[in-house]
Amino acid sequence: MANDNLQIKAISAHPGAVASGASPESSYEVCKLIDTTTCIGCKACEVACLEWNGYEFRETTFDNTYQTMPDTEWNYWNLIRFSEREKDDGTGLEWLMRKDQCMHCADPGCLAACPADGAIVQYENGIVDFNQEHCIGCQYCVTGCPFNIPRLNPSTKTVFKCSLCSDRVGAGLEPACVKSCPTGCLHFGSKEDMKFEAEKRSKQLQANGFPDAGVYDPAGVGGTHVIYVLHDAKNPEKYSGLPKNPTIPIMVTLWKHPLKWLGNIGMIFGIAGVLTHYLRVGPKDVKQEAKR
Amino acid sequence: MTNGWIDIKNTDMMLIMGGNPAENHPCGFKWPIEAKRVRNAKMIVVDPRFTRTASVADHFVQIRAGSDIAFLGGIVNYALQNNRINKEYVVNYTNAALIVQEGFKLPDNIDGVFSGYDPVAMTYKNASWNYEEGGDLTPKGAVPIAAVASTLVKPPAAKPAAGAAHAAPAAKPAKMAKPVAKPAAGATPPAIIASLPANTAYDLSLTHPRCVYQLLKQHFSRYTPEMVASITGAKADAFTKAADMYTSVRKDGDTKKVGTIIYSVGWTQHTVGAQIIRTAAIIQLLLGNVGRAGGGVNALRGHSNIQGATDMAGIWDNLPGYLKVPVPADTTLDAYLARITLKSAKPKEWDSFNYWSNTPKFAVSLLKALYGDKATPENEFAFHYLPKADRKYSWVEIWDGMYNGKVKGLMAWGMNGVAIGPNSQKNIDALKKADWLVVCDIYPEETSSFWEMSKEDEQKKIMTSVYRLPGAGFAEKDGTFVNSARWLKWKYAALPTPGDAKLDHEILARIFLKVQELYKKEGGKFPDPILNVSWAYNNRNVPSFTEMAKEINGKALADLKDANTGQEIKTGQQVPGFAWLKDDGSTSCANWLYAGSWTEAGSQAQRRGLDDPGGLGTYPSYAWSWPANRRVLYNRASCNIDGKPWDPDRRQVWWNDGTQRWAGNDVPDIKVDAHPKDHMGPFIMTPEGMGRLFVPLGGMADGPFPEHYEPMESPTDNLFHPKQANNPVVKKYKTDKDKYAVTGSKGGEFDVVCTTYRLTEHYHYWTKNNPANVQLVPEPFIEISEDMANDRGIKGGDKLKVSSARGEYYGKAMVTKRIKSLMINNKKVYPIGIPIHWAYKGIREDKEDKATSLNLRPLNNLSPVAIDPNAYTPEFKGFLVKVEKA
Repeated sequence: MANDNLQIKAISAHPGAVASGASPESSYEVCKLIDTTTCIGCKACEVACLEWNGYEFRETTFDNTYQTMPDTEWNYWNLIRFSEREKDDGTGLEWLMRKDQCMHCADPGCLAACPADGAIVQYENGIVDFNQEHCIGCQYCVTGCPFNIPRLNPSTKTVFKCSLCSDRVGAGLEPACVKSCPTGCLHFGSKEDMKFEAEKRSKQLQANGFPDAGVYDPAGVGGTHVIYVLHDAKNPEKYSGLPKNPTIPIMVTLWKHPLKWLGNIGMIFGIAGVLTHYLRVGPKDVKQEAKR
Repeated sequence: MTNGWIDIKNTDMMLIMGGNPAENHPCGFKWPIEAKRVRNAKMIVVDPRFTRTASVADHFVQIRAGSDIAFLGGIVNYALQNNRINKEYVVNYTNAALIVQEGFKLPDNIDGVFSGYDPVAMTYKNASWNYEEGGDLTPKGAVPIAAVASTLVKPPAAKPAAGAAHAAPAAKPAKMAKPVAKPAAGATPPAIIASLPANTAYDLSLTHPRCVYQLLKQHFSRYTPEMVASITGAKADAFTKAADMYTSVRKDGDTKKVGTIIYSVGWTQHTVGAQIIRTAAIIQLLLGNVGRAGGGVNALRGHSNIQGATDMAGIWDNLPGYLKVPVPADTTLDAYLARITLKSAKPKEWDSFNYWSNTPKFAVSLLKALYGDKATPENEFAFHYLPKADRKYSWVEIWDGMYNGKVKGLMAWGMNGVAIGPNSQKNIDALKKADWLVVCDIYPEETSSFWEMSKEDEQKKIMTSVYRLPGAGFAEKDGTFVNSARWLKWKYAALPTPGDAKLDHEILARIFLKVQELYKKEGGKFPDPILNVSWAYNNRNVPSFTEMAKEINGKALADLKDANTGQEIKTGQQVPGFAWLKDDGSTSCANWLYAGSWTEAGSQAQRRGLDDPGGLGTYPSYAWSWPANRRVLYNRASCNIDGKPWDPDRRQVWWNDGTQRWAGNDVPDIKVDAHPKDHMGPFIMTPEGMGRLFVPLGGMADGPFPEHYEPMESPTDNLFHPKQANNPVVKKYKTDKDKYAVTGSKGGEFDVVCTTYRLTEHYHYWTKNNPANVQLVPEPFIEISEDMANDRGIKGGDKLKVSSARGEYYGKAMVTKRIKSLMINNKKVYPIGIPIHWAYKGIREDKEDKATSLNLRPLNNLSPVAIDPNAYTPEFKGFLVKVEKA
């Protein structure tokens, strides 16, 4: 589903030059800003995401929470995660709602890990998009993602995730979730503008009872094209397990850079076997951890 | 709303209580968020549970459902004790200085009731709830609010208003000359007719022991933080923090800041509902927040057009435009108009616009719209075609009547009566006794499937004929929505009606025309009202929305000329506003409040102008707001007595000395040339022209001041007066289905306080037919606290059975930190909360096994038929239940 309206910056496992789409003038880095301090957990974004992407509504079961379901699915890319907790300072309750979806990393672990040519592309505007036509279902992207985002469709054996509505953005529209947001907790624009807005809002929060408020735009993945304003940026984990310092797993980095070069000269096979085993078993069960 | 949705962005302080806008008004909730984001406004949320609104609040306080007056009364007391009031506003714009008659007594003096209570009839004789005659009683030598006294020198009479948005009040309605007929024997006209004194006594120093201010202070002095804590279950310091935060807009004499109070049906659905809102109004009047941008008392309406329904007589005792329904004692039109037309009552130094003095113009114009040429001066403009309400035909009376075999049939439009309740099983059993039921809806809902709540052999005994008519959904209709901000906004149909479905008004029109035909053919007891109704539509079966909207706006039936401006309108032209309406039959108008919405310039509701003079989000050319396109009601009060805005940065209207008129970015809500020195009160809809801290005579059925009474079913005695636990004039019912739990210290098995509400994911009872909503929240649940769960061995997801004195309800347990047990009167009380959305029809429900489907009951199986005597709203919040594992 590579978008011809967007200029490509990187392609997974692609030898040689990257063919460009749109002209460079139309490309600037985009960003979705999620202000968790004004999110009311209404889930309009969940429905808008399904409807825009043409996925069906499904049967769910009550699970002692307002959260629609325990986790995202291959055809449910956008989930508000609810977390109710007593505040650490003992002043009462906080009910945290975090819209979870692909973060569109500047340095995408999924793309780095992907061995299939063209299955994952990164556009110049920062959107990281999956192209199921080229996906081989190996799920290395799952391992490569520090946010536990990509999900396998078991029937097609291909992997899916939020596209930041690259089709809409390519046509000059905002993502469907942003359009549906009733309170304006979601914003969409250039990374520069969103960063400015986010910093401004954080400063306002800091001056109004939230001294630890801040922007979540983690450097470990080169920054993201989905950023959060958090009341407590020092403890992102309390927002249903938002990782504090997300990085691409070391083995993915090694494989894609120095070891890739070694592989090119024919020494990769043994090491790849070892790595494959490692990647299949995984360093940790992130899925388990992400459950509330 | 006195103000509007967008206007919330102008506030400095929000008290959100009795409502959950983040969940039930998520789109409008962008404005409270905007106020926080742009103005650093603070938000206080008070609720029986920590809602999604509370999740973005600056301060949250949990209270027991049904204890709102105690909490708000505590804020009144806090404001008075700490001088957090706007004294200039209170003295000049409210009735604080007026002196009350000697016979009036507060409930603290007589076992919890106000003077005049008749315990046998359970009503009040309210003659003592009145002001004293006598003019200025300000003690000589006392230093009143200096600026105030100086204005009470009346300048020469001002010239009559010209080109004003308001009509000049008639000095004396022309038709009043005839003698007023005596009321018919046995019928008691409502007490409002008892008159207020012509020259009310007042004390500008506010020290007279019987002035409203002193009585108010005395009455609410009992609402101490400790008392508030014991009644509501809130921690005293959490209450005090809320009171301090909210009243901080008047800290150190500040008059610039402004606070808003935002509520919804969490306040109305109590046996003291109207009085809860009164308490909020008292707070806002004391702080001087009414009339101001970012202030007001703001009811968030729970459906997209419920404001329109209310304006257009959705309430049984109203005609369109809040004109009162006639009663049998109104034997002539003149008698009716004399009863419902308020007479100005004030100290002689004050001026009062008393806008309701125009009532005869509105009423006669309505009759002309209803009956056209058949409404003539000779037949009293067909006044006798109107039904005369011989009793209270409110919602629960209909069902009670049907249950008692008196009401034989029901046509149900735009609601699901069985699910709405209260006491759903009574409603279901009532329908079993009816001869017929007609339901017009877009889904086969619970009401038209009421028999499904019976076992199969019982179903065979039900003889009610049920007709289902396929109506149209909201997206399939043109027309206006009237939102909470009183805007009439035209919308356009997005889709054609599917299948055999028809626009609801086409169905109604066809039924009506058939009935008319039958009357024509067969005659009847009184065919005139049916035969003579005005029905001047191009397509009689499908009147167009345009025709109806124009009819509602009203038109001239003769050439008319404004005596002051010389402006003329010709016969047949749309009236430009309600100032043009006449009581002589020369105008017709189906709702005076909407006059101006469809003028000769076309539909004002279709306007989409984005100009915003003043930058307060007024948008005067976007859609159209009643009355007279005014966006903030009582906006005269946004200025001090000299006519200058309290906050120069939020200028709404002001007195222009150059033109000697009121001017502004909004339409001034005062006689346009009423010089500030005239001292015309800004509350132009009361006879006093003042905001009513004290409501005299029959304004309220249950007392001139609000008082805390326990819900009909309560876990505690009334801490103020154990002998009078509940609202003294509460309405209960007597059928075998109307059972009420034993309450207070004598209480028994029902000891859990239950409240009910909607979720953002669902819309009443019909989104269980929509897979998107069903996916988001699939099935019924019951929210309980962690300590209750521990205490009773309940885990999240366990199936629970909740029972009340009336019925049962089943759902899964949601164990949450967001509801906590409360200490009420030194006793631990468990509150629970249940969303209303489920019953026995819907995607998931239709798949249920028949054997278990009888457990898919409407939540309102639990709620009691106990009625607020002012608004007739049932007590859906704060009744008693018991909770067991199912």
